[in-house]
Amino acid sequence: MSMSRRRLLGAGGGLALTGALASACGTNTGRGGDDHAGQPVIEQWYHQYGEAGTEQAVRRYADAFDGANVQVQWRPGNYDQQTAAALLTDSGPDVFEASGPSLDQIQGGQVVDLTDLLSEAKDDFNPTVLEQKTYQGKVWGIPQVIDMQLLYYRKSLLADAGVEPPDTLDALIDAAKKLTTKNVKGLFLGNDGGPGVLAGTPLNAAGLELITKDGEIGFDDPAAARTLGKLHQLYAEKSLLLGAPSDWSDPAALTQGLTAMQWSGLWALPQVQKALGEDFGVLPFPKDGADGAPAVPVGAYGAAVSAKTKHKAEAKAYVKWLWVDRTEYQEDFALRYGFHIPARISLAKKAAKLRTGAAGEAARYAFDHGHVSEPLLWTAAARTAYQDALSRIIKGGANPDGELRSVIRKAQAELRRVKKKN
Amino acid sequence: MRGTYRRRLLGPQNRHLWFWIFVGPFVLGLTLFTYVPLAWSAYLSFFDAHNTVSPTDFVGLDNYTAMLGDDAFTDSLVTFLVFTALIVPATYVLSLGLALMVNRLRWAQAFFRSVFFLPVACSYVVAALIWKISIFNGVRFGLANTVLDWFGADQIAWLSTTEPPWYWLVIVTVRLWLQAGFYMVLFLAGLQRISPRLYEAAAVDGARPGWQVFRHITFPQLRATSVAVVLLLVINAFQAFDEFYNLLSDARGYPPYARPPLVYLYYTALGQGQNLGLGSAGAVILALIIAVVTVVQARWFGLGRKED
Repeated sequence: MSMSRRRLLGAGGGLALTGALASACGTNTGRGGDDHAGQPVIEQWYHQYGEAGTEQAVRRYADAFDGANVQVQWRPGNYDQQTAAALLTDSGPDVFEASGPSLDQIQGGQVVDLTDLLSEAKDDFNPTVLEQKTYQGKVWGIPQVIDMQLLYYRKSLLADAGVEPPDTLDALIDAAKKLTTKNVKGLFLGNDGGPGVLAGTPLNAAGLELITKDGEIGFDDPAAARTLGKLHQLYAEKSLLLGAPSDWSDPAALTQGLTAMQWSGLWALPQVQKALGEDFGVLPFPKDGADGAPAVPVGAYGAAVSAKTKHKAEAKAYVKWLWVDRTEYQEDFALRYGFHIPARISLAKKAAKLRTGAAGEAARYAFDHGHVSEPLLWTAAARTAYQDALSRIIKGGANPDGELRSVIRKAQAELRRVKKKN
Repeated sequence: MRGTYRRRLLGPQNRHLWFWIFVGPFVLGLTLFTYVPLAWSAYLSFFDAHNTVSPTDFVGLDNYTAMLGDDAFTDSLVTFLVFTALIVPATYVLSLGLALMVNRLRWAQAFFRSVFFLPVACSYVVAALIWKISIFNGVRFGLANTVLDWFGADQIAWLSTTEPPWYWLVIVTVRLWLQAGFYMVLFLAGLQRISPRLYEAAAVDGARPGWQVFRHITFPQLRATSVAVVLLLVINAFQAFDEFYNLLSDARGYPPYARPPLVYLYYTALGQGQNLGLGSAGAVILALIIAVVTVVQARWFGLGRKED
């Protein structure tokens, strides 16, 4: 049969339309389906960890679960933004790793109450990080592993410059200045100069909090302006490393000799140890003022269950199985690939890697000087206002008092908003 | 009867049918992915829509007053103005200069046209990362700092220094590199439309080649192209996002300086804030500003008016 060009185009158009309709009507959305063996399919999301072997490990855990076919998605990029947007749709994850979940996600009914999963194990979870996942007495995320941040320093560079490891903020500023040379800067607090990573840590070091236990603003105090104002000196004296190829979370700036001291995470410890051997030490953020105390921020990624999942029971059972019952997986995940503290106190205490050397000191800082990195009531809008103010204080030398007044106004408005939804 | 209906529907020679077969999918896509979200965004802007796209809490104009009273949003508009003031004249002058140069070439014109046009094909994200990581990083082995080092100058943290605001140099040069070639092609088309007789007449009248001919013949003849170029440049500047975001953001956020409106709205609506009502109000305000600026600019330049 001969086919005219018009007929061919018509047939092509028809086929394309049929294909489009078929794919539009398809059900392969990754949610709610059952696999061929009749098991429910659960989609689990993780953010992209930098440590080699982590992805294979979580896939191995997922494969070992009998109650559902768990499909792991390893997601690079802006993970928190991705999950926040995906939770608005029906094609988001069933189980997902979250640095929160955030208060807006909890109040918006986007996540499931997981309180009953902890049962008698609740007291064995680190209370600081569990508090961050608890709202109105209910637990909305099961902490997986604890991450903390701390100050790394090169022992040899400090010794060469005749500088002692700093134990006050003034000593840190002084040390950073003395350690700065033409090619090596004294301190690296991230490429933005510190506002992003430091968050409430300088306030903790001054004896203050972002949000108090009573749910009020915790830095409406002259000490806050005094401490934050001192950070400008680091910038003004050109002691800060800025514009490094990788940011604070990667210890490359320290190991490549671009800086003498760097604020980074505990996860970086194996890399630092491999590159510098014994030539490094760790410190908490040093105290400031008479009421101050050394401080380290601690936080935890936790496992949350989307309220839109069609397999709520299976998803909850999986989270309980993985992060409450199978403690050997938690230990493996925390300590075998990178360096994190298990969320279960009993596991953290018996972990040999956390008992000696710099790791042992870091773990002790987390227990003795740990503050929750961001309280649940500290909303995204309050965080942006605070980070903006801190940036203007550090880089622009803006008046800390005036800047903090405006942050307090914004944060109070946010507190009123979220409390109204109770 | 059936035949009449069919003819009316399909039109003479099936023209309507073919029109809808070819145009229909695009109309459908445009409606689904542009007009419906636009309308939905306008709807959301009147609601308290934290973490939801189907809100119930009507708040009237609260989101609009909050956005207009938000210093960070008004600062982002100032950022846009500064960016426009830098990028529009810079691109205009560079692309016109390139077009004049390429147009005069007697040989290898196609080669040089391609060379200058090629960056247009590069992704904004890729270019921004090259600028950030290789050329303008703040350490001693960045390209720009290596050059400074040859002259004994201090290293500069290009993207993190606010006084002086070196980050503008990075932001403007990356966009200049990416878009100058495109506008060069527009100017080339404009240049090739100018009748050679005008130049011959000018020569006969004694006009000196070079600046005098450019000022009195070439530049006025490029008026229509110039108007279109400036209009496009201003609208594109308003929509700036990719290079700003990739040059200045990190995992923890974005510094308060050089934050254009779209980046701010992204963090408000799609970032962890997920305040879709407030973000939508900002988007509507921004769309209105772009529309007003475009109309005013078009009327000022006389866009669409018949040439005298």
